[in-house]
Amino acid sequence: MISINIEKKLKAYSGQQWLKVNREFADGSIIKIYGPSGAGKTTFLKIIAGLISPEKGIIKIDDITWLDTSTQTSLSPQKRMAGFVFQNYALFPNMTVREHLEYATKDAEWIDRLLLIGKLETLTAHKPEYLSGGQQQRLAILRALAIKPKLLLMDEPFSALDHQMKIVLINDLKALFKEMGLTVLIVTHNPQELDGLCNGELEINAA
Amino acid sequence: MDLTPIWLTLRLASITTLLLLLICLPLAWWLSKGRSFFKIIIEAIITMPLVLPPSVLGFYLLLAFSPAHGVGKWLHDSFDVQFVFSFQGLVLASVIYSMPFMMGPIKSALQQLPSSLAQASYTLGKTERETFLRVLLPNIQPSLFTAMVLTFAHTLGEFGVVLMIGGNIPNVTRVASIAVYDSVENMDYSAANTYSLILFCITFVLVIGVFIFNKTQAKSPLE
Repeated sequence: MISINIEKKLKAYSGQQWLKVNREFADGSIIKIYGPSGAGKTTFLKIIAGLISPEKGIIKIDDITWLDTSTQTSLSPQKRMAGFVFQNYALFPNMTVREHLEYATKDAEWIDRLLLIGKLETLTAHKPEYLSGGQQQRLAILRALAIKPKLLLMDEPFSALDHQMKIVLINDLKALFKEMGLTVLIVTHNPQELDGLCNGELEINAA
Repeated sequence: MDLTPIWLTLRLASITTLLLLLICLPLAWWLSKGRSFFKIIIEAIITMPLVLPPSVLGFYLLLAFSPAHGVGKWLHDSFDVQFVFSFQGLVLASVIYSMPFMMGPIKSALQQLPSSLAQASYTLGKTERETFLRVLLPNIQPSLFTAMVLTFAHTLGEFGVVLMIGGNIPNVTRVASIAVYDSVENMDYSAANTYSLILFCITFVLVIGVFIFNKTQAKSPLE
């Protein structure tokens, strides 16, 4: 069970807004998160990962407290080890496809399996600049999965994929998420594209 | 023709560049992470040699490290180290004087890297140190090279600071720029020309090297 109750002040052109989320997610749930631009969807994911601190809040994962502002408890991102797929992919320009995965895990068998799922097995020696947008996005997803996280946070993870690739990858990921027992939070601007994948949703509207 | 001043200059520039690389890498990384009033003060102190007359810096270093009093006396009495009129003194002055040339390109390159690169590494369980060495540092190589060449070239041309703290002691502190000045004072234009030409050629090759290297690196891997 993931329990999140956070409040974060956001800067906006119209002044200050508050991002307030109070929700619980069952283990293994796959949740799509949507809402208007600037509402704080990416900020919400980064707060969970420990990359941004909220003004106030509690985050508990299976009775382990990741964050409790009242006791000034906050685990580092390194200790939370939440898989994170960044909107801009955040791939390392100096590393090849395989080196990205080797940086995340030493499990060679797992790396080979991920490469097959992401259809990147023939591109292992390529650096990100020689990959298409869709291939870069798949690599970002594989890298986040490489650490075998309990919680996966994905920020617009399928936006650069063509329709056919999206369907194939979503199907493969759905099976993989189930196998790994992953809880997944996916930010999207197009909630319909995730209809077959997600079993829950969260609308974020900053106030 | 005595080439010792040229070798002394190259030795000074090499040691200074190496020391500044070791000092500025962690310092630039720390400075590139967020802003605070304390960091602004540190940055201002590091930048001062860019705008301060070299003779002013040299004068204060001469006072500070004079073996007659203060820090200089303590260093001399406790560790038998003397910075004034010695090669160590030239190294110390060069490190301070050339620091902005090493710091600027490194810090600027680190700040221009997307913050998500480091964040992605943290979410993979990597420490800040590991992230710096394996993700950030390899992706600022062109700037690192530029910083090293600029520092080396700038140290080659130092005059005011070096003269103030080191004087003009043959084989010890008489670097090429001082040898040029000394030769002209002694009306030995031939020697002055030789020293000047060698310095000109070394500097020209270094600057051309930076341009060629940066041209081949023109397409940023982040594009």
